Amino acid sequence: MNLDRKDMLGIEDLSRKEIEIILETANKFAEVTNRPIKKVPTLRGKTVICLFFENSTRTRTSFEIAGKRLSADVVNVSAQASSVKKGETLLDTAKNLQAMHPDIIVCRHSSAGACHVLARYLKNTSIINAGDGAHEHPSQALLDMMTVMQVKKKVDGLKVAIVGDITHSRVARSNIYCFQKMGASVAVVGPPSMLPCSIKDMGVDVYYNLKEGLKGADIVMMLRIQQERISHSPFPTLREYSRHYGLNNETISTLKKDVLIMHPGPVNRGVEIDPDIADGPYSLILSQVTNGVAVRMALLYLFSGVKTLDI
Amino acid sequence: MRQLIKAAEFTGVITGLAAKIAEHETDYDNVAFVGIHTRGIPLSNRLVKIFHGQGKNVLEGMLDINLYRDDLSETSDKPVLKETKIEFDINGKIIYLVDDVLYTGRTIRAAMDAIFDLGRPKAVHLVVMAKRNGRELPIDTDLVGINVKTQPTDNVKVKFVETDNKDDVTVLEDGEY
Repeated sequence: MNLDRKDMLGIEDLSRKEIEIILETANKFAEVTNRPIKKVPTLRGKTVICLFFENSTRTRTSFEIAGKRLSADVVNVSAQASSVKKGETLLDTAKNLQAMHPDIIVCRHSSAGACHVLARYLKNTSIINAGDGAHEHPSQALLDMMTVMQVKKKVDGLKVAIVGDITHSRVARSNIYCFQKMGASVAVVGPPSMLPCSIKDMGVDVYYNLKEGLKGADIVMMLRIQQERISHSPFPTLREYSRHYGLNNETISTLKKDVLIMHPGPVNRGVEIDPDIADGPYSLILSQVTNGVAVRMALLYLFSGVKTLDI
Repeated sequence: MRQLIKAAEFTGVITGLAAKIAEHETDYDNVAFVGIHTRGIPLSNRLVKIFHGQGKNVLEGMLDINLYRDDLSETSDKPVLKETKIEFDINGKIIYLVDDVLYTGRTIRAAMDAIFDLGRPKAVHLVVMAKRNGRELPIDTDLVGINVKTQPTDNVKVKFVETDNKDDVTVLEDGEY
């Protein structure tokens, strides 16, 4: 058993075995999060910097809680309140942070590849990608996988449908890699204006019609429309989008009885998903958030040194 | 390789351990056996079975000490985590920590820290199959299956049918596997 890499940049680089190691470790950490005293001394003396150049509620809080439950010192830097505002470059900011000897930098940035740049230049610090542009959001895919495995036990042979703004979704990309590596088949569903033309190269089935795309799906993952990354409107009105691609009671009634509904958040209620569904019996949305802490504890644990050892 | 306990004697040694515990224990309603991964668990299982057979309803749990190791910051190698499963309230319980070998005492130090993160037990005792010399911490116990005199380079192996397909205790000398 070995996770012999310095950085956690994306699911694309990981083997199925590595994904399984991370998930097994996360399952062990889930026990810690259920204790009355939710803290273990494992990462005492380690420093984790959460360097976020984009807004975040779940991911940042989740990494911070994960670090604190492992007794690491967690420092949060948000771009809005940092010297980035004074014109400092990403690399300068990162080099200055490295000069303070953190063990891990958890980074989110609006540009794809930002974390790879940091990983290349910061030789002594492990970089964990918490979302880089529309590229990857590996910890989200891992927590989604953990959540599915808790319910389904086995992912091999499952059918996953990812619905919505695929073009701008790093969650979609990481989940496509992750579910495919674990043996599931993935379909993407959305209006043509929200599906990148090269998406078929990732080995997914492409559907423009919601009902067709969801036929036989075991897992339906709804995505938010990433307004902040969209310059031209890809559809006439939100209402029209919602009517064609929103998940509501009528659509649900045509799906498998044991279908699981997921959403990485933030949810835009009434647009991609009806409140009834988001809060309903098929929804795993809050389990996803709970598991996020365990997954991030596993990542901080496994990446706080360079190698892991089987004993 | 020296064999110290043969398969035929193994169960007798464990029965003897249970008898040693019973000499002092009176409050069985509050007793819990906690096996330390990996080979503390089969020993704990067998002790619990003996007490259950006597109609004493002792509790059982398992403990992984890896999150509490004292060498995590010295090495970049990360141990593989195993399951901690203690589904009873630790507070006020008499805990018998169970492990295969007592050597440096560091595992037991970590196990005690792990136990105290879960609550405040009334007492913690230690039960081991084999006790060897080489302590690095002030930790000791008399609830011992066998005392082994060893050189620092020796390796004391306790095997269980459950984990190794056979019951025995052996000493591997320098360089032996």
